[in-house]
Amino acid sequence: MSAQEPSLQQYRKKLGKLEALTDKPTHYCQGCEHGELTRLIANAIENLGIREKTVMIDSVGCSVLAFDYLNIDHIQSPHGRAPAIATGLKRIRPDLVVYTVQGDGDTLAIGLLEVMYAAIRGEPISVFLVNNAIYGMTGGQMAPTTLQGQVTTTTPYGRDVEFTGTPVDASKLLSTIDGSAYVKRVSLAVSEVETARGRSYSIKNILEAKQAVENAFKVQMMGGFSFVECLSSCWVNWKLPIMEAKRFVNERLIKQYPLGTYRDKFGIEKK
Amino acid sequence: MTERVYMKGNEALAYGALKAKLNAYFAYPITPSTEIPETLAKEFGNEQYPDFKVFLQAASELEAVNMVLGAAAGGVRAMTATSSPGFSLKQEALSYAAGMELPLLVVNINRGGPGLGNIAPEQGDYFQMTKGGGHGSYRLIVLAPNSVQEMASFPKIAFDLAFKYRNPVCIAGDAFTGQLKEDIMFPRIEATEYDVSSWAATGAKGRERHVINSMNLDPEVHEKHVTHLDEKYRAIQRDEVRYELYLTDDAEIVVAAFGITSRICKSVVNSLRREGWKIGLFRPITLWPFPYDEVRKLTERAKRFLVVELNTGQMVEDVRLGVEGRATVSFYGKVGGLIPTEREIEEKLPSPVKEVSA
Repeated sequence: MSAQEPSLQQYRKKLGKLEALTDKPTHYCQGCEHGELTRLIANAIENLGIREKTVMIDSVGCSVLAFDYLNIDHIQSPHGRAPAIATGLKRIRPDLVVYTVQGDGDTLAIGLLEVMYAAIRGEPISVFLVNNAIYGMTGGQMAPTTLQGQVTTTTPYGRDVEFTGTPVDASKLLSTIDGSAYVKRVSLAVSEVETARGRSYSIKNILEAKQAVENAFKVQMMGGFSFVECLSSCWVNWKLPIMEAKRFVNERLIKQYPLGTYRDKFGIEKK
Repeated sequence: MTERVYMKGNEALAYGALKAKLNAYFAYPITPSTEIPETLAKEFGNEQYPDFKVFLQAASELEAVNMVLGAAAGGVRAMTATSSPGFSLKQEALSYAAGMELPLLVVNINRGGPGLGNIAPEQGDYFQMTKGGGHGSYRLIVLAPNSVQEMASFPKIAFDLAFKYRNPVCIAGDAFTGQLKEDIMFPRIEATEYDVSSWAATGAKGRERHVINSMNLDPEVHEKHVTHLDEKYRAIQRDEVRYELYLTDDAEIVVAAFGITSRICKSVVNSLRREGWKIGLFRPITLWPFPYDEVRKLTERAKRFLVVELNTGQMVEDVRLGVEGRATVSFYGKVGGLIPTEREIEEKLPSPVKEVSA
């Protein structure tokens, strides 16, 4: 951790009470990055001053209760269909900012067509994918992003890619589509660092994610389709201690799914 | 456009929707409903229809209907049209729309089934349209036109009902009412303005946020929600039943049919009346809510009912529920695109081919 970098507590304190958040405590498991993303989205909404014109499409999965936490208009979606719902709304109300938060199963299994076609049409919406390599809400089944050999309740002997196909690289896939304006992969897991005073945690990844979330909204407002894949942990279903799960994200998941900017049509990161 | 026109049912429905100030149409092609999106695609951008803001062809039936859901959540008049196999794919979204209390219109131009069936007219989706189709305790308001004239006038009625009750509505056509070309006086349609300010998801500006949702994890809260829906459905059953009675005042025999079949049955009634028969036609226009009370009233005089459908017997079950054993109910059906001729129907009367104990 560098000297300039704030601690997690300082960072949270600095963000303060946001109008875009309700007072309701989230149901997310302790250590789950869903809460982090909720906060980053609220933060971006506030920074950009778009709370009164932003609508969230709540998908099926662990983000399904987000309507309790983000103090904006919400529309629920059937499993996988959130980008279609977002399209319908955005087409009739181009002045709104419309986004989805979806899990890896929702986006890349049951809803792959919807997200691909939203990108193909270049719909000015934002899709935030929480990739934790597992179906969280249903209790830990194999997801499209589950790693080779990873044990889940439906791959009790480890995922065998000979049978299931290989893990889906969402950012790579979507970056091949002309209609995608911004495709970025970030990690929401804090990483461990050794300092002179002992072991500490770096929030560098989260600060990068914070910028990516804001960029996604900006790109949408510039008329482009934006997609931010957020690598996350799910210690409950991975059956690991919280910090080991975070280490798994930053060591194993990142290897399979390298962080970075996969597409930036408008050069938003240079602005 | 209140002039005399000669057009297909599907085209009339498209213009009827435009006259009812359709805002958004989301398309997926399927025979025999495709003239609806084709007509709307042609008229998209026509200054005559300034409210028609969005025409978009989706990548699947699921995508199309979920786009309708999104637009409807924004408080506008949104619709899609499909035909039987496509209508099966709409069921998930219709269940969500009912649960989320969204007003929207799905047109089903019924073709042959099950499975791929064929592209010829059938009425085999009656159960799917009136008894659920999707999951959960919900109801779809179903209107069954029997002419090109009604294909033109029903979209406005559908939107009025959809917005009045915040519930999805289905127009149940078939390959006949869709493809039939008739010479009609296009009806004068005055679109209604709807107030959506209390619920639409349009950004929480100067108001409390709106959450359009069908999920309640707390059993008691969910029971309250489903009970609220049920009360709404009861109000619809009480206030919105539509039907046509033709020469039933003194009828001892009643022929019951909906949609295109009712046209054939009307001819049967006319010719048998000329022979002195006391026969009439009962035609449900709302398939749900079904006019059970009217059926019951008819049994005060009529002791024999013949139900004619383009399926193997679906609406006949609702007629029996209305008759409650007070009359004999029999059934005659054709499928696969075949239609009963007047002569065939006459032959089923007064001693029908299939005697059904009520």
